[in-house]
Amino acid sequence: MVAWLVPKPEGLYCAPGDFYIDPLVPVPRAVITHGHADHARPHHEAVLATPETLAIMALRMGEDRAGRARQSLGYDTPLRLGDVTLRLAPAGHVLGSAQVVLEHAGQRAVVSGDYKRVPDPTCAPFEPVPCDLFVTEATFALPVFRHPDPRREIGRLLHDVRLFPDRTHLVGCYALGKAQRLVALLRQAGYDAPVWLHGALRPICALYGRFGIDLGVLGAATGAARDAMRGGIVLAPPSAIADRWARRLPDPVVCLASGWMQVRQRAKARGVELPLVISDHADWDALLQTCDDTGAREVWVTHGREDALIHALGRRGVRARALRLVGYGEEDEAGDAAAAEGEPA
Amino acid sequence: MIAFAALLERLVFTPSRNAKIALLRDYFLHAADPDRGYALAAIAGTLAFPAARPGMLRALAMERVDPELFALSYDYVGDLAETVALIWRPPADRPDASPPGLTEVATALADTPRADLPALLARWLDICDTPTRHALLKLVTGALRVGASARLAKVALAEIADVTADEIEEVWHGLAIPYAPLFAWIDGTAPRPDARDAPVFRPPMLAHPLEGVDLDALAPADWRAEWKWDGIRVQLVRTPGGERLYTRTAEDIGRAFPDILRILQDMAGHVVLDGELLVMRGGAPEPFAQLQRRLNRLAPSAAMLRDLPAGVHLYDILFEDGEDLRALPFDTRRARLESWFARNAPPMLGLSPLIPFGSFAELAGIRAGTRAEGVEGLMLKRADSPYLPGRPRGPWWKWKRDPLTVDAVLMYAQRGHGRRSSFYSDYTFGLWRGMGDTRELVPIGKAYSGITDEELKFLDRWVRHHTIARFGPVREVEKSLVLEIAFDAAQPSTRHKSGVALRFPRIARIRADKPAADVEDIPAFLRATRCVDGP
Ligand SMILES: [Zn+2]
Ligand SMILES: [Zn+2]
Repeated sequence: MVAWLVPKPEGLYCAPGDFYIDPLVPVPRAVITHGHADHARPHHEAVLATPETLAIMALRMGEDRAGRARQSLGYDTPLRLGDVTLRLAPAGHVLGSAQVVLEHAGQRAVVSGDYKRVPDPTCAPFEPVPCDLFVTEATFALPVFRHPDPRREIGRLLHDVRLFPDRTHLVGCYALGKAQRLVALLRQAGYDAPVWLHGALRPICALYGRFGIDLGVLGAATGAARDAMRGGIVLAPPSAIADRWARRLPDPVVCLASGWMQVRQRAKARGVELPLVISDHADWDALLQTCDDTGAREVWVTHGREDALIHALGRRGVRARALRLVGYGEEDEAGDAAAAEGEPA
Repeated sequence: MIAFAALLERLVFTPSRNAKIALLRDYFLHAADPDRGYALAAIAGTLAFPAARPGMLRALAMERVDPELFALSYDYVGDLAETVALIWRPPADRPDASPPGLTEVATALADTPRADLPALLARWLDICDTPTRHALLKLVTGALRVGASARLAKVALAEIADVTADEIEEVWHGLAIPYAPLFAWIDGTAPRPDARDAPVFRPPMLAHPLEGVDLDALAPADWRAEWKWDGIRVQLVRTPGGERLYTRTAEDIGRAFPDILRILQDMAGHVVLDGELLVMRGGAPEPFAQLQRRLNRLAPSAAMLRDLPAGVHLYDILFEDGEDLRALPFDTRRARLESWFARNAPPMLGLSPLIPFGSFAELAGIRAGTRAEGVEGLMLKRADSPYLPGRPRGPWWKWKRDPLTVDAVLMYAQRGHGRRSSFYSDYTFGLWRGMGDTRELVPIGKAYSGITDEELKFLDRWVRHHTIARFGPVREVEKSLVLEIAFDAAQPSTRHKSGVALRFPRIARIRADKPAADVEDIPAFLRATRCVDGP
């Protein structure tokens, strides 16, 4: 039992270090796992995160809202905070995403934030850290979620682009992480034409560039000539793909890149013509594998579909409990579960 | 099987007809024989084998998956075959084999006793990837909804071979799975297959609506008029190779109309007739709703055959004694039809009468005067017109009765498909029912068409600015915009809350000037359209 890590309504609280991890409301001291809006919230007093996450926060919420005092900490650099030793380990989710490794009183707890195990050319790979308590997400915690090889999905997209040379492939994707990963995967697959971007995606792509991730030639979809984008690939936030914004494109093939696209009803409800199963979260096998890899005897589940995961861990003799922290899963794919049930925007 | 699964996966999400054709072309061009023949059969719905029951799938999955995890997953996915496809785990010592080909699957399914099916299926599932498992499970349960029709597949094949889809249609029903002669012809390695005595479908001749035509410029003596009956257009085929009842889209509906097939069986020779299928009462056609009851049934009960007997009003004759009459003028064919009818006198079949007229003004009077049940309007056919497949402009015109209209209130809107997918272009509208506090709008129909692009933009904007609730892709709007709806007929319906179903509703115009409170009440509408008797 790790008693010094406490789930509170404000978020997960580390008592001996007196800080919160990914708190949901403004707090005096916050450690942030990654830049998605549901994990990185504005108006904390002091913020500790990787340099990439701090840059993402400053870009998205403005310097004045991104924490009054900001401390940057690279991966694998132990730091003493009160009675706790803290270290950040790569989570493989998006650029700068980190697991928070905490040691106190001879116990080690790892708070994973969001993570995935599949290699991603735009961020450092997930590192399994042995621990007593593992705090995991559970966005795709059902055995029906097994994400296929993303290269296969990119292959399907490129085959479709060849098949419909007069149409524009409009790919809905989350602005932070997914968009950049898609471009990088396209480049790996040998696609070197310009990739057109919705205005909401451009600043973060530029930021990835400043951190040394080369995304090739990117064009601005807003203001570009219709015919210039014919036969091309346009990336836009999911909310734009089925709406008026899409009307500027010649005969678009509406695609959506998300782990939810595994389920047909989801793709149908969003009016998607080419669903691409590409996710920045761990799938069912990866969740179980990771819990195994950490060797943790105790697992806490922050957000997602916890029932199935807790059941499966229980059968493996691992004590698992749901934290039911309200407020996660509002920006990236995790939040899409709720969004898809409402308006398919 | 992998390529076929990929095709299905892409088709099922594709709304546009042209895109579907492009996908089918790509598949038929690259798939091997005889796989593509079995794929064509699967798409056309001609593949026959005893279907696996859902219970078997569930039992199979339970052998591999924790029941609680299965229940949570099924609950989430909502479709059994899809859940099993996604959740299936090959064993650790997974056999090192590639997924079965479509040919192997189709032939094995036809030969495998039901008791051996679970083991066979499990072996296949172990060596397939997820999309292929899904296609396989949909196929074996007989629930393969591919999102493409037989017709679309034929159009795709026709494009490859640079022939017309009608040319394929004419040989189609004489061919068998896996259609080797068809593909040889498509590939250009063999001549067109010869249908000989097979009861094949002959693409029908269709008419354009009489719009933008100056009747004064036409000589009445050159034209023939007949009723356009409100049933469904059919083709009756009787050859030494068998009998068929086809719709005008080449669908074989013989099983639903054994009464018609029996009449064809009693005839002699090789004859192909064109007519209108109707439900008859004492020689007179019943309203379309009665025919709809027959059409809804795959095979009718004895009571249905007794209470809703089918008949056909004959318009034309295409073949007699194996002789192709289609190139002959209408008048000559009509004479052949009348002579054939007099000699054979088949029960429940009748000649659709020609309507004599001296001038088009007189004919317009006849058209306006008829409100007879079962009549949709008139057909005008040139006396010298040959029978041409498709919809040539000029030789035939359909002259429907003026549509009926009703003003109704817009209630819900949904996004359209394809080109209209970013617009709210499907509209549900309703009329009032009840008094005082219980007065409410009840939907009477849905319309997708009839409006110009300008009106579409207006409605789309209006819907977005007047949304009061959202249900998935549907928006409920403020009940304040009146639409004038045109429709061909109103029929009583127990399946609709309003008690009425509209035939071919479309939007005639937007009545932004009319207050929603002023539209009719449902009871008044039902009386006006004679769906209920007046007070
Ligand atoms: Zn995230
Ligand atoms: Zn999250």
